[in-house]
Amino acid sequence: MEVERPPEPVVGYSALLKNTTIRFKQSQSQRITVDDLVPGFQNHHPKLTHIAYAMPTSFLDQSSPDAALPDDTGRYGDFGGRYVPETLIAALDQLEEEYLAARQDPTFQSELDELLRDFVGRPSPLYFAKRLTQRCGGAQIWFKREDLNHTGAHKINSTIGQALLTLRMGKKRVIAETGAGQHGVATATACAHFGLPCIVYMGEEDIRRQSPNVQSMRTMGAEIRPVTTGSRTLRDAVNEAMRDWMGSVADTHYILGSVVGPHPFPMIVRDFQAIIGRETIEQSQTRFGRLPDAVVACVGGGSNAAGMFYPFVAETDVPLIGVEAGGHNDDRGQHASSLTFGKPGVLHGSFSYVLQDEDGQTDDVHSASAGLDYPGVGPEHSHWKKTGRVQYRSCRDDAALETFDLIARTEGILPALESSHAIATGMEVAQERGKDEIVVICLSGRGDKDAAEIQRLRGSEQF
Amino acid sequence: MSSIDDLFARLRSEGKKAFMPFVTAADPDLEFTQSLLKALDATGCHLAELGIPYSDPIADGPVIQASYTRALNGGVKLEAIFDMVANTTPQLSMPIVTMVSYAIIYRLGLDEYLKQAKAAGVAGAIVPDMPVDESAEFAAKCRAADFSLIQLITPTTTKQRAIEIAQQTTGFIYYVSIAGITGERTELPPDLLDNLRWLRQQTDLPICVGFGISKPEHVELLKPVADGMIVGSAIVRKIACAHPAEGGKTAATVITDVSDFARTMIDAM
Repeated sequence: MEVERPPEPVVGYSALLKNTTIRFKQSQSQRITVDDLVPGFQNHHPKLTHIAYAMPTSFLDQSSPDAALPDDTGRYGDFGGRYVPETLIAALDQLEEEYLAARQDPTFQSELDELLRDFVGRPSPLYFAKRLTQRCGGAQIWFKREDLNHTGAHKINSTIGQALLTLRMGKKRVIAETGAGQHGVATATACAHFGLPCIVYMGEEDIRRQSPNVQSMRTMGAEIRPVTTGSRTLRDAVNEAMRDWMGSVADTHYILGSVVGPHPFPMIVRDFQAIIGRETIEQSQTRFGRLPDAVVACVGGGSNAAGMFYPFVAETDVPLIGVEAGGHNDDRGQHASSLTFGKPGVLHGSFSYVLQDEDGQTDDVHSASAGLDYPGVGPEHSHWKKTGRVQYRSCRDDAALETFDLIARTEGILPALESSHAIATGMEVAQERGKDEIVVICLSGRGDKDAAEIQRLRGSEQF
Repeated sequence: MSSIDDLFARLRSEGKKAFMPFVTAADPDLEFTQSLLKALDATGCHLAELGIPYSDPIADGPVIQASYTRALNGGVKLEAIFDMVANTTPQLSMPIVTMVSYAIIYRLGLDEYLKQAKAAGVAGAIVPDMPVDESAEFAAKCRAADFSLIQLITPTTTKQRAIEIAQQTTGFIYYVSIAGITGERTELPPDLLDNLRWLRQQTDLPICVGFGISKPEHVELLKPVADGMIVGSAIVRKIACAHPAEGGKTAATVITDVSDFARTMIDAM
């Protein structure tokens, strides 16, 4: 395609206009006309009036400064760090050193790639939810199908990587915490694959809510240690796993399940999960010839969202929407929306948004979904919230449960209750946008594990 | 010079060692804690660590966590704890330091925490989840306020790092005897004495040993190399008996039990 005169000179942004690369200044992904890009262009091509013909592949010519985070002190802006007992510092230093070396090591990477392909089943598909799109009447809705991974959720992306790290560090034993049980199953699976002994700490309340996952873990040889302290959920399971690690650091690796905890855990888990976002970018380029117009993921601790968002944050300015658990309502103790209602503070070794009272005591939180039932959130999400790079919204139990049914009936997919939060809000996002736009939602896990609990909630009409 | 510096200067000149009990504030209630602090002072304890209950104490073992949970279930707030301490410290000859999570200090505000703690007559703080790398801001404020910030060195701390921690510490060094959580142990680790002797050569600060100490034999063993000994879980376990669900002893009986135990330990010094 020819243009009469070249557009304004480049200041760091590029766009694909049919087959021609045109560079322009706008830094926002707002709707712009072809005339904005090339003044006078429309006089020559009166039918070309819409942005769809001038959609950028990326607005960023170079990586965002946020791509380089965390900094040397393990911080994402103000957030992160290592607020842990001195006993753990040496282990965290060792873990960071080993991980950074592994990240540069082609042998480690090729071993990981092979396992992700042959054992986990990657790449996971990008799926067009056609009937859901028709029903919503807005932008096209696409699902990134992490539910189709081995073990049925995104968690295995990180546990396989961390199990490889465990072997590399010469450690002989693995511990993990789990909430919904997805991370526990993924850890038990990775440990069974490598023949590593595995102990999973799980809150008593969660053991009750997620019994199918408990059975799977035991079958794969993991020992489940019920946690009876505090609220008997994920947060207490993290406390217990940290305590175990304090006394066992010499021979044990703690496979943390989310982008939370002290540095380097948030970085390691994010990096292993970032394959979700990298594949989504690649699949979008192949299928649409461009990037999506919005990307949505649910946030508890925030691992699937961090994995989906990080490559977009680093290389693009595609709008990103994180969805927290809105629980019953906005009252204290009735939800788990740390970014929406929390304040910066310290929990589980990291400085991040947290739901606390005025004395710094952690609030009890609620979500129908065990995987989102967490009073803190990863420090990088806190940074993205503070800088405005990611927009965080909240979705209540009832909307998530309705969406669970809707997706089962319109798409033939049982989404995890966690992912149902992302889909419920993703549908709103799609409705805010035009038919030629594309919204990708991270379908982080499958919902078989939730069917019985949903039945129970319905029976007692608790939601 | 804080009251902690005065204490160790005096003990050193007398050739004595410090016995330092740990008690949780408000377990089972603040009135009990106040009576217990007075009784421990009268028994001859040299310094008391007052644990500020926290909902997610990752460094503490099951005994102390259960104690924190009991206190929080009783509905205690930080303000009430400081009020009790302010009413108690004028009647004590031993200094009080708070064992407190950084989560609590940060939420209240670093300056505000210092202000309230000092006003209540508290001499210093141990912040078990604030390692030296994260402590610069609070350490500077503590120094300016002549408030001791006691930092921890553990068996997993590298030598280089131990020297850095010693340079940043005021009051005394809290040497953690064991890589693990708080709680009683039958045996102390074999390399403990060597590690303490090495540390002794690196710093003039008093070195006090904690984690796993519960018996007069432990005191006997550590006496030659430590300036003080901290006992937590063994005392907190006795205090738990004041709860109806865990023995239901009267407050007076429990206070006598704890004081008798403290006296046995002090005698071994």
